[in-house]
Amino acid sequence: MYDPTVARLTYRALLGRRRALILGALPLLLLLIAFAVRGLAGADDQTAADLLGGLALATMVPIIGVIAGTGAIGPEIDDGSVVYLLSKPVKRPTIIFTKLIVAIAVTMVFSAVPTLIAGFVLNGNGQQIAVAYTVAALVASIAYAALFLLLGTVSRHAVVFGLVYALVWEALFGSLVPGARTLSVQQWSLAVAQKVAGGDLITSDVGLTTATVLLAAVTVLATWCAGQKLRTLTLAGEE
Amino acid sequence: MTTLSIDHVSRWFGNVVAVNDITMTIGPGVTGLLGPNGAGKSTLINMMAGFLAPSTGTVTLDGQQVWRNEAIYKHIGIVPEREAMYDFLTGREFVLANAELHGLGAKAAQKALATVEMEYAQDRKIATYSKGMRQRVKMASALVHEPSLLLLDEPFNGMDPRQRMQLMDLLRRMGDEGRTVLFSSHILEEVEQLARHIEVVVAGRHAASGDFRKIRRLMTDRPHRYLVRSSDDRALAAALIADPSTSGIEVDRAEGALLIQAVDFGRFTALLPRVARDHGIRLLTVSPSDESLESVFSYLVAA
Repeated sequence: MYDPTVARLTYRALLGRRRALILGALPLLLLLIAFAVRGLAGADDQTAADLLGGLALATMVPIIGVIAGTGAIGPEIDDGSVVYLLSKPVKRPTIIFTKLIVAIAVTMVFSAVPTLIAGFVLNGNGQQIAVAYTVAALVASIAYAALFLLLGTVSRHAVVFGLVYALVWEALFGSLVPGARTLSVQQWSLAVAQKVAGGDLITSDVGLTTATVLLAAVTVLATWCAGQKLRTLTLAGEE
Repeated sequence: MTTLSIDHVSRWFGNVVAVNDITMTIGPGVTGLLGPNGAGKSTLINMMAGFLAPSTGTVTLDGQQVWRNEAIYKHIGIVPEREAMYDFLTGREFVLANAELHGLGAKAAQKALATVEMEYAQDRKIATYSKGMRQRVKMASALVHEPSLLLLDEPFNGMDPRQRMQLMDLLRRMGDEGRTVLFSSHILEEVEQLARHIEVVVAGRHAASGDFRKIRRLMTDRPHRYLVRSSDDRALAAALIADPSTSGIEVDRAEGALLIQAVDFGRFTALLPRVARDHGIRLLTVSPSDESLESVFSYLVAA
């Protein structure tokens, strides 16, 4: 199910110079803000929770997920170089699964790790806030990577759609329309974070069971769909 | 022995029919797929390569379906027309990756690089390669598993004459080894130099099939039109019309030239300079007026 060569190609494409800069910029920003807040306002649990929830989980994780998820396959389909993968006796679902693993790993490294560091900087993991948000970021990384990988497989405008979902649906719509929150990776991962933290600093609109089932379902379904899509992928560039 | 069978294959995109009910069998040796740009060659090759589903009909390789059959790629090597590769890799890394995807290793990759004579630049990034070098590395990636069927889409585009000759030698060799090699081109001379067997596709339809000499004859035996300017057009016209190779001559006053219709291409091209010399006439312009490939093809379709 996992092909090391496909993985190597995907890593190198994802962590190429320009994309790596974009991937690195957001975590760096989060850390800078964390240091600034700690320096100016001192350690405060509520502030830590607000910053990790509002900036890290609601904004940074989905954006990194969009870049890694769509970037793991979208550019190859766009420019046609995916033909070198498709013209091999390698099962198409294997290609998708491998790319998913890579996208998840990259999203985790660039979102969950900085979340953990920022959390420790902000309040030294008081009330388990740093760890809770890190777990949320890890869980969200999996679902985002799967969703955006599918998006990268089906659409040429995957990055735009991905950002619209991440920023408009999850961040904006979610804060205005309560129903939208139920269908949000962010809320599902918050449910997991809530369980880890235990206190009432982190809350989710979704129950833990529902959240876990939905996270798993979305990940599996998106990956399956992407595999199917790749099996019947029609290469662009016909006359 | 590998035989690729295309059986009543059509492919349409929306309302546009790109390939229209084509049936052909490609056997061992080198076959040229000839047709003007936009004739449907790439669509056809994409279907042969399993990258595109036929709307109707089937493409099979030794009886096995090509579409949605990943295992078939053990036997197929593909050189796509598109430039895009993994530009951030070196040539060696790229060919090695292709080998690994076939379950092979560095030895196979090195052999393929040697076959296309790209070892000297194998450690440079593909991004720095010229078009001809890219083409050769693509070729190495397609050869790495020694496939019995090799599909090449416009492989000579952008190659200089030396590289072209090298690639032709290589393809010829592969054909002689008994592999089935199919390449597409819109340039008659390319196909003629390399392929004994030609399939001609025009406007999505299968226009001709067979030995290149036969097709070449079909192409050259059609009436040719020439525009000729000379020091004495009328005397030249009178001398030429006496010969059966010329079926009609028109004096174009506005152009100040003769429009000559020749029915016997070979004989006419030998006759014209001789007649001019014998009559002391200087030829100023001799240019074929309908030699575009499209007109050659449209003649073929009508034939």
